[in-house]
Amino acid sequence: MPAQSIWTLLSWGPDGWLDDIAYGALITVALALATLPIGLTIGFFIALAKQSEEPSLRLAANIYTTVFRGLPELVTLFLFFFGMPILLQHLVRYFRPDATIDVNSFVAGMIVLALIFSSYASEVFLSAFRAIPKGQYEGGYAIGLSNWLTMRKVIVPQLLRIAFPGLENCWLSLLKDTSLVSVVGLAETLRNASIAARVTKHAFLFFGVASLVFLGLAVVSSFATSAILRSLGRREAQR
Amino acid sequence: MSAAATMVERPPPRARGWPRRRIVGYALVCLWILFGLGIVSYLYLAWNAEFFAKYAPAYLRGLGVTLALVSISMVLGAILSVPVAYGRMSKNRILSGLAYCYVYFFRGTPLLVQTYLVYYGLGSFRVELQSVGLWDFFKDAFNCGVFAFALNTAAYQAEILRGAIESVPRGQWEGAASLGLHKLQTLRKIILPQALIVALRPYGNELILMVKASAIVAIITVYDLMGNAKLAFANSFDIQAYIWVALVYLVMVEILRHGVEWIERRITIHLKR
Repeated sequence: MPAQSIWTLLSWGPDGWLDDIAYGALITVALALATLPIGLTIGFFIALAKQSEEPSLRLAANIYTTVFRGLPELVTLFLFFFGMPILLQHLVRYFRPDATIDVNSFVAGMIVLALIFSSYASEVFLSAFRAIPKGQYEGGYAIGLSNWLTMRKVIVPQLLRIAFPGLENCWLSLLKDTSLVSVVGLAETLRNASIAARVTKHAFLFFGVASLVFLGLAVVSSFATSAILRSLGRREAQR
Repeated sequence: MSAAATMVERPPPRARGWPRRRIVGYALVCLWILFGLGIVSYLYLAWNAEFFAKYAPAYLRGLGVTLALVSISMVLGAILSVPVAYGRMSKNRILSGLAYCYVYFFRGTPLLVQTYLVYYGLGSFRVELQSVGLWDFFKDAFNCGVFAFALNTAAYQAEILRGAIESVPRGQWEGAASLGLHKLQTLRKIILPQALIVALRPYGNELILMVKASAIVAIITVYDLMGNAKLAFANSFDIQAYIWVALVYLVMVEILRHGVEWIERRITIHLKR
């Protein structure tokens, strides 16, 4: 193989690898964005359960966070990726004995990252809940709002503003954790970079590019979050 | 104490009957119990003396590798974090800029990418490394793991250290200066004892994160706990390989978490009223 220059390797097209890595970056972003709403929703309800008066709800929520914050991300991922098909197969065999099940690595990654993200986000939501004075609930009650309306109109807008910096951290670690899904074969940034590294033998170059992609994503998301934070602040000022 | 202060606000009466949240709570707890029983009964039914005899010693060895990896890289990271934290706090533009870039890079990219960059990436510089005599060090996956982990945790620990030192009020520095203590003495005798109380919990969290992250080295062929689980699964296709390893990690993390909480309770006794 003739020695290729770095710029051919990094070009767009059949000779270069830039298009593959860009496609991988797209998958990385898609995975993180697909996980975000699920994780936020679960995390919110876990936080609600944790600050409930009902001990059994608190216990259930605490077990959830203990398990998913205590397990290494990689172990959770492998357990899911290899364990889920076995479990599902056993269940499905009752109905259709000849069915086989494969778990899509994108879906498995999404579920696992949502579990991990939600257990961290629930802690953020919980401390935000604690920062909201009780008077806010009582005020909502006093003007005749239902529990649901108090939550939606009074509590959640304040909650989001308080929880935002913590959620930003969770988002950044979610973005980084997506790289783990490459291990179970999802063609995201790191996986494509390592294929390129293996084929071209320029490992440092391609892993360096991959790290720059992640760094770029972190920079972009920090710009985005500061814009969101500004708009949240502006809405505060208008009131 | 006045009578008003001793009057305690009564807790609200416990909800009676079966409100919706109680039903949901009991259902969820039951679900967890069923899940736990499911795992236990699976492990019982799938109990395989041969599997256990074959892999239990490997798991123990792996646990040793994991602990060695985490402790070595934590200590190296702690040493390396001191100059980085110094750079971050320095008024010198170049120094603080360099330290900022270091911290930003290692906190902004996934640890897995950093590990690959060291393990596979440094292979590109084999000739140069050989001429310096460092190739023998970087040939070994364990060393590469330690190297990457130490660099990574140094960035996080530098931020912890900086945050803790900056959390000590300025007046403490000024008071020490007015007593005639020089900078190093102030740091050692006045600032650090106060800062380390603040830093204990973040350090504990970092240690837990490192234990969890150490599973990553299994991918670069180090036979740590996770690496042995991967090997056991690849040989036997038995999912209990991963269930056992999950239990070990969970127990390890819980011990660390409660240990840190216990230490924190012990060293903040003088702050309690």
